[in-house]
Amino acid sequence: MLEVYGTQLRSRLLLGTARYPSPTVLSAAVRAARAEILTVSLRREAGGERAGQGFWSLVRGLGVRVLPNTAGCHSVKEAVTTAHMAREVFGTPWVKLEVIGDADTLQPDVFGLLEAARILCAEGFEVFPYTTEDLVVAERLLDAGCRVLMPWGAPIGSGRGLNNLYGLTALRARFPGVPLIVDAGLGVPSHAAQALELGFDAVLVNTAVAQATDPVAMAGAFALAVEAGHAARLAGPIEARDFAVPSTPVVGQAFRG
Amino acid sequence: MRVTVIGAGVAGLACAVELAERGAAVELLERATTLAGAGCSWYAGGMLAPWCELENGGPLVARLGEEALAWWRRRFPGTVLRGTLVIAHGRDAAELRQFGRRTHDFATLGSAALAALEPELAGRFATALHFAAEGHLDPRAALAALLERARALGVSVRFGVAAERRALAGREVLDCSGLAARHVLGDLRGVRGEMLLLKAPEVSLSRPVRVLHPRLPVYVVPREEGVYLVGATMLESDAERRLSARSALELLSAAYALHPAFGEAEILETGSGVRAAFPDNLPRIRRVEGVLCVNGLYRHGFLLAPALARRAAEVLLEGREFPEVMDEDPRQRRLA
Repeated sequence: MLEVYGTQLRSRLLLGTARYPSPTVLSAAVRAARAEILTVSLRREAGGERAGQGFWSLVRGLGVRVLPNTAGCHSVKEAVTTAHMAREVFGTPWVKLEVIGDADTLQPDVFGLLEAARILCAEGFEVFPYTTEDLVVAERLLDAGCRVLMPWGAPIGSGRGLNNLYGLTALRARFPGVPLIVDAGLGVPSHAAQALELGFDAVLVNTAVAQATDPVAMAGAFALAVEAGHAARLAGPIEARDFAVPSTPVVGQAFRG
Repeated sequence: MRVTVIGAGVAGLACAVELAERGAAVELLERATTLAGAGCSWYAGGMLAPWCELENGGPLVARLGEEALAWWRRRFPGTVLRGTLVIAHGRDAAELRQFGRRTHDFATLGSAALAALEPELAGRFATALHFAAEGHLDPRAALAALLERARALGVSVRFGVAAERRALAGREVLDCSGLAARHVLGDLRGVRGEMLLLKAPEVSLSRPVRVLHPRLPVYVVPREEGVYLVGATMLESDAERRLSARSALELLSAAYALHPAFGEAEILETGSGVRAAFPDNLPRIRRVEGVLCVNGLYRHGFLLAPALARRAAEVLLEGREFPEVMDEDPRQRRLA
């Protein structure tokens, strides 16, 4: 079982809650994904006030753990304020910390991220930082008190999968004991399976499910892929080789003229 | 039959007209003192776009919405049938392909065909989807026309009256009060929408244009000469507040990217309204303690009001049932 901040999780698939056709479809997708953690964007859905109660109570009613996020925050101050608000609204010390550095690619501002992580960890938050695969940034985030990292696969919503396989593999190898959750950029279930096969502990998916033609069916497909990827990791995949290896020994077989 | 309709938004007005046309003795009660105060209909875009709504609203909204075009044409001469254009900037071409996969009844236009329809978009967009059978109207003029028609049909309309939502002997009560009915419809929630009215005499668009974007989708609907409505955000919030700076930035940037002359526009008005939605974002006709409720039209008020008004009238006057909007089992609704 996966453990994050002392919480045991059976499911290795986390879902975002934005851009579903309706809350009803969202709730069916959550069941199909067998997700135990949902991220909720406070900033976008609050409209600046604590007025998203209708939607939040629907999310809370799903009976899963809520991981509030600071999506859309472009500064340390915004992110910290949103985290405070999230703690109040959802009664959880968990926060998925996003500090966006580029409005176009939604690439994390790792400098702001680190600063906000230091502040929030010191205040007792349990921070899930949305970061790149950069090893030094990862090291610093852990120093700041983060116990989980959420490296991107590709830019948010791009559906491109794991863009930098080398970097992600290096990150996994460097921090073998830290829960690593690939967040952002996955497009299809095979991307999720690949992340788990590489040894990542879980994946977070939003757009790929919410914007699929049938979000509920896609949520189920991601659940299967995550399960397959994790099982494959445990099963010990073979190493890739540069030449063919016959599965049947050739020694002792008659040569073919 | 005597019927009291509560709420003079588009749903209440459409119901009052539909019932009066069928011979019922109707009174229409509205809490606000003017049409402008009667809820979110005043701030609507006024697109009659059932096939575009397949993308997000699903087949039921499209099917009910198809009834809207002829209904409005008969009752409001200002209804325009020039179709809808759906476009995306070059780097968002994937959004356009995805939109096309989920909808039907459109033609894909190249830049020449697009230029023929809307010359001012020539050269800026390589491809567009044209939903030729769709239409649009000016919601404020349409509401006024319905009000006038209701009065002409003998409906007693009273503004500034807080109605009691309870069954009354000798008359039916039809509650079309949107979010104000939340205390009897517990699964209703508010979804805020925001809009801008721009006067841009240099822009000349003759049909609604939807610009797809992964984060900032926007639509522009032509009003009277040189005036355009730009909408609309969708925020999971029931806050009754004015247009936020962030939303204004987003809407204006998107409008400017569609047509640079929007940069020179005069901002005539900003507005926002909170729309009532059920958890599946689909409308309902539901009987609660002897009162018939028509609610949950979400962001499809002008599109869905005709179909719901017809059905509500037939429920009241003929005792008919309409499972597609009255059945509360969500699995059956998904198949409807």
